[in-house]
Amino acid sequence: MEQPSLNRTEQLQEQLKIVKAESPWRIAIRRFAKNRLALIGLIILFIMAIICAFGPLFSPYELNQTNIKDKNLAPNAQYWLGTDKLGRDVLLRVMLAGRISLTVGLVATAISVVIGATLGAVAGFYRRFADTIIMRIADIFLALPTLPILITLGAILSDLKIEPSKRIYFLMLIIGILGWVGLARLVRSQILTLREQEFMQATEALGLRDSRKIFRHLLPNTVPIIIVSATLGVAGAILTESALSFLGLGVVPPTPSWGNMINAANNLIDFRKRPWIWIPPGVCILVTVTAINLIGDGLRDALDPKMKSR
Amino acid sequence: MSQYIIRRLLQMIPTLIGISIIVFAISQLVPGDYITATQNPNLTAERIAQLRALYGLDLPPVQQYFVWAKNMLVGDLGQSLQHQMPVTKVINTYVWNSFIIAFFSFVFSWIIAAFVGVFSAQFQYSFFDKVVTLLVFLLMSLPSFFIGLLAIKYFALDMKLLPTGGMTTAGLNATGWAYIKDVGLHMFMPVVVMTTLSVGGLTRYFRTGMLEVIRQDYIRTARAKGLKERTVIFKHAFRNALLPAITLLGFELPGLFGGAMILERVFNWPGIGQIYLASLNLRDYPLMLGFTMFLAVLTLLGNLISDVLYGVADPRIRLK
Repeated sequence: MEQPSLNRTEQLQEQLKIVKAESPWRIAIRRFAKNRLALIGLIILFIMAIICAFGPLFSPYELNQTNIKDKNLAPNAQYWLGTDKLGRDVLLRVMLAGRISLTVGLVATAISVVIGATLGAVAGFYRRFADTIIMRIADIFLALPTLPILITLGAILSDLKIEPSKRIYFLMLIIGILGWVGLARLVRSQILTLREQEFMQATEALGLRDSRKIFRHLLPNTVPIIIVSATLGVAGAILTESALSFLGLGVVPPTPSWGNMINAANNLIDFRKRPWIWIPPGVCILVTVTAINLIGDGLRDALDPKMKSR
Repeated sequence: MSQYIIRRLLQMIPTLIGISIIVFAISQLVPGDYITATQNPNLTAERIAQLRALYGLDLPPVQQYFVWAKNMLVGDLGQSLQHQMPVTKVINTYVWNSFIIAFFSFVFSWIIAAFVGVFSAQFQYSFFDKVVTLLVFLLMSLPSFFIGLLAIKYFALDMKLLPTGGMTTAGLNATGWAYIKDVGLHMFMPVVVMTTLSVGGLTRYFRTGMLEVIRQDYIRTARAKGLKERTVIFKHAFRNALLPAITLLGFELPGLFGGAMILERVFNWPGIGQIYLASLNLRDYPLMLGFTMFLAVLTLLGNLISDVLYGVADPRIRLK
């Protein structure tokens, strides 16, 4: 009788040791790897990114290389996704558009994250006056109708006759600036509880500067929610960019983006008779955004056990 | 409660002032104004100056802002330059076209989401649940214009089942039942597409709510009493799972009256969203500004309604 129960204790101790040795990140990775949908999303996004990044290098065609002789061809062995009215290879344009759309989504979100995390941290750390001001501004941004504002700003960019190649930078900035509020609120509420914890008393005792406290000790603790929020943010930013570009107010030709390629559907003949011009970019948006949303959801489950049921 | 509502309404004032300043500042960035946007070659320089003075476009921006804000306080959003009638009237004319499609899609998406969400929670991890989860993600990732275009291409152009866009058949001039039928046919695709777009997120919300409820003790008690599973789910669990969703009702407010710009453009539906997009091309500032403020007020009111409903639905929440 004694022997097995002792074994059992040893076994338990063994298990406890293993659990203890596992870092929170490792646990998160393990949880994420168990989520099949999230893994599928990750693989799809990876493939998508690889194709867009390196695919054009293997294309026999060049950007904006027109070939009137081969215009409006349906998909065939030479042009896998056909050609448009200027005889440009649709496959190449879809891949190059993917580079633009993914980059705009990533950079816009990065801008939102920097603004949101900084303002949220400052509001949560200093409380009182800084908090009131920042949260009031956040309220204003939250009630601001985003789409009309983006559309107006897009029209202004067109009126200012900004070069198409530079325009995408403004676009990233605009989408980024309008998207910081959600993250700022999340970070603020986290910092409000974190700043009361003992390790913050330690930083106080060490006489650290405020900026060091915020950026080295408080913000790193909010990284999990920042990652989740940023991932879902990229999906949103890509959708926003595509909608604006579809209306002709986002990325404008000759720079291809998935949204402005679908703009071809405004031409009735292209719309009806040549679906290969506008359906592939639409499918790319759908697949990419779904993949990112799946990853984001998997990350939320993995990184934030409290929100697991959602 | 009434005290809470009054205080919240007062808190809206600084927010609205902030929004109005931002919106006005953005509109001032636009090079050109309505007069230059019409590109009428017959206008003499003198006439242009006259028109600018008439519309108050010659005043310095700060002064223009105060004139606009002062008029707004008495409910005057100015005169739409393009429609030649008060902005409030333009909004009032077109907002109902937007409302009608938004309302139907709101009703359908809530009904579908409630049932699918509840079943998917009841059979968590079943095949049905997994399919629903994947579908939810797909629906949440749909670009609205793309699915709208696909629907028009296949159902209207290729199969000729439904009209391609607009609200009525041109030249039909039907009245009575024939008119309703005509509008109904035109509404069909926009409503279906709008429902598709909003049903994903809602389903997820209902599923989560239901999952939280069915884990609770009183559900176990109900089962232990020997109640039928259907009674347990629909009489005991379902009602409580609906409670958190009530707070979402408020957030629907801007969607119901604000118009769906991109979908209205795709389906050529004469709603306020499409009117807004058109006003932008012509630099019809009073309409642009007025509509944006209208949306902001709707958003704030929606938030307030949500919070109040939350307190009404759940007596454990005290509103202070």
